[in-house]
Amino acid sequence: MHYFLSERESMVKDLSARLAGEVLAPLAQSLDEDEEFSWEAIRALARSDLFRVWVPEEYGGLGGGVFEQCLVVEELSRVESGVAVSYAASGLGALPILLAGSEEQKTRYLPCVAAGEKLAAFALTEPEAGSDASAIRARAMREDDSYVLSGTKQYITNGGVADIYTVIMLTDPSKGTRGASAFVVEKGTEGFSFGKKEKKMGIRASATCSLIFDNCRVPRTNLLGREGLGFPIAMKTLDRSRPGIGAQAVGVAQGALDFAVKYAREREQFRQPISSFQAIAHMLADMATQIEAARALVYAAARMIDAGIHDFSKESAMAKLFASEMAMKVTTDAVQILGGAGYMRDYPVEKMMRDAKITQIYEGTNQIQREVISRELVKKGGRAAGVTT
Amino acid sequence: MRRKPRALMDLVVCVKQVPDPGCARVDPKTGTVVREGVKAVVNPLDLHALEAAVSMREASGGTVTAISMGPPGAAEALREALARGADNAILISGKEFAGADTLATAYALSLGIRKTGSYELVICGRNSTDGDTGQVGPEIAEFLGTPHCTEVRKIREVGTDSVVVERAMDGWVEVVEMPLPGLLTVVREINRPRLPSLRGLMKAKTAEIQRLGAGDLNADAARLGAPGSPTRVAESFQVALGELGRSPARGPGGGSSSEGSGAGEAAPEGPDCLLIEGSAREQARKLLRLLRESGVPAP
Repeated sequence: MHYFLSERESMVKDLSARLAGEVLAPLAQSLDEDEEFSWEAIRALARSDLFRVWVPEEYGGLGGGVFEQCLVVEELSRVESGVAVSYAASGLGALPILLAGSEEQKTRYLPCVAAGEKLAAFALTEPEAGSDASAIRARAMREDDSYVLSGTKQYITNGGVADIYTVIMLTDPSKGTRGASAFVVEKGTEGFSFGKKEKKMGIRASATCSLIFDNCRVPRTNLLGREGLGFPIAMKTLDRSRPGIGAQAVGVAQGALDFAVKYAREREQFRQPISSFQAIAHMLADMATQIEAARALVYAAARMIDAGIHDFSKESAMAKLFASEMAMKVTTDAVQILGGAGYMRDYPVEKMMRDAKITQIYEGTNQIQREVISRELVKKGGRAAGVTT
Repeated sequence: MRRKPRALMDLVVCVKQVPDPGCARVDPKTGTVVREGVKAVVNPLDLHALEAAVSMREASGGTVTAISMGPPGAAEALREALARGADNAILISGKEFAGADTLATAYALSLGIRKTGSYELVICGRNSTDGDTGQVGPEIAEFLGTPHCTEVRKIREVGTDSVVVERAMDGWVEVVEMPLPGLLTVVREINRPRLPSLRGLMKAKTAEIQRLGAGDLNADAARLGAPGSPTRVAESFQVALGELGRSPARGPGGGSSSEGSGAGEAAPEGPDCLLIEGSAREQARKLLRLLRESGVPAP
């Protein structure tokens, strides 16, 4: 389907696809088998300026916004979701700095993220605080000109490999949703260490671990915005990054479909290619249609955000919800189409199914996405909901 | 020669636009490589040459100029070079240059290189996938009056007056120190060419490519193009493997031009392999005798 990409957008998409094909494809299987983070892939992405895509020009970026970021993520996910996630998560980690940081903070951190010299990571989740983000316990205690951080963050993407971490910590438990604050903590700061690397079902090339803060002191100048803005900053960040998860889902589903179509054309049973059987052909048709619908939704949400429209929580949640549910179904169907071969790790589709699952879970489970959407619907009342010009 | 690290290198990279090697075919009627309808790409080894140059510039500062002789469409190859890190691009083009063999091509390119002013190093791919002679690089060096070193697989050191390189030989490596200015031709092993960058692509779209015609180069017209070409490809055909009585494990790459450039293929191991000893002259004599004895038509 034609999405009327501008020349620049096409350039971003094509370069991402080339990089995915030339750099990521040869590595995909081994990165998954060895659960290895690939600095080679990161360097290639950095060299091609792909980390610059969403960062504004004044901080070393190319000012492409959410939409171009989604184009990159989609093309990378088509080939290797783990690297795509690592790439996207760096954007997620730096986004709070762009949204809430001072000019000095933005100038301090964003250029090296844009250059791909340093990776970023976003840390909200804790062992006792997943969907219930307000249940976080990690504390930041103010002491003169610094804050002392204590507590643990869990399941942090790019944990250990990132240099820059934006973390949401409680500064005043008595203030409920206004009781947290966002801080930037750099790797190597005394009192900041990492837990063991998690062993995951999928996206195994991405690094996931716990962050451990033990009386970790950071200067006051590392506070983003003001005390009490932690949750609003986190929510604003996640609203903007959800289309990116949608893009991951669209990408991995597309990769699975492409492989399934190719296989179905070549595999013969009953003396004909299995693509000539309606059972298979109709599955492929449904898969392709669902992918396109998800893509259209993701692109629309991304464009809304880039256009500066104020209210996009509902649309961004819809994009993430729909695309991730679709991706799980499509990748599962791809395994089915390959039959026994689909179950074997020598073929790429079982990995894609394992990679797709996480998109239903992180950056807000799909159950939470439904909460976001339904609350917006109910808040706005029957007629206003869904009416957008 | 003293080797202090070099600062500020001006580098020139020769680039050729060729038909996509994956789609290369020979027209059986004309005996030439089919170009229409086939995507034109930068000669793969030239990308390795460019990568070597751009890496050197990143280490030491300076400039990288990409130069090509070709029809107007070859500007695309130069834009690709700009997108991958070249600073400037020069296209030598005009009907006078058409039909050039390697000598006439090297002559034209050497004039273009001279026009860039001073340079420390010219880097070429070892050979192109369509012509596949490997001659142009060394010929350019001769026209420029500089030393050259071919089949470079690694640049070990870059000094103020010389470079130290490794040459890929057949199963062994030769380390050579070459004075600067000079010319290198590189093989695939040397590096992994980077992909274009977004900023590079954006810059390449609008960059001005300097165009030079025969007049700009003060060229001797008799030495350009077809008139200036002492050699001509008489015929191109695909060789069926096994004609000499034993098929090699691997044949020459798909369908292009002249038969057997033969370089770079490793000798098969095992009892069928005979190593001929002696000086070059003695080896040639022994080989000739063996070929005649085996019944193979020999010169």
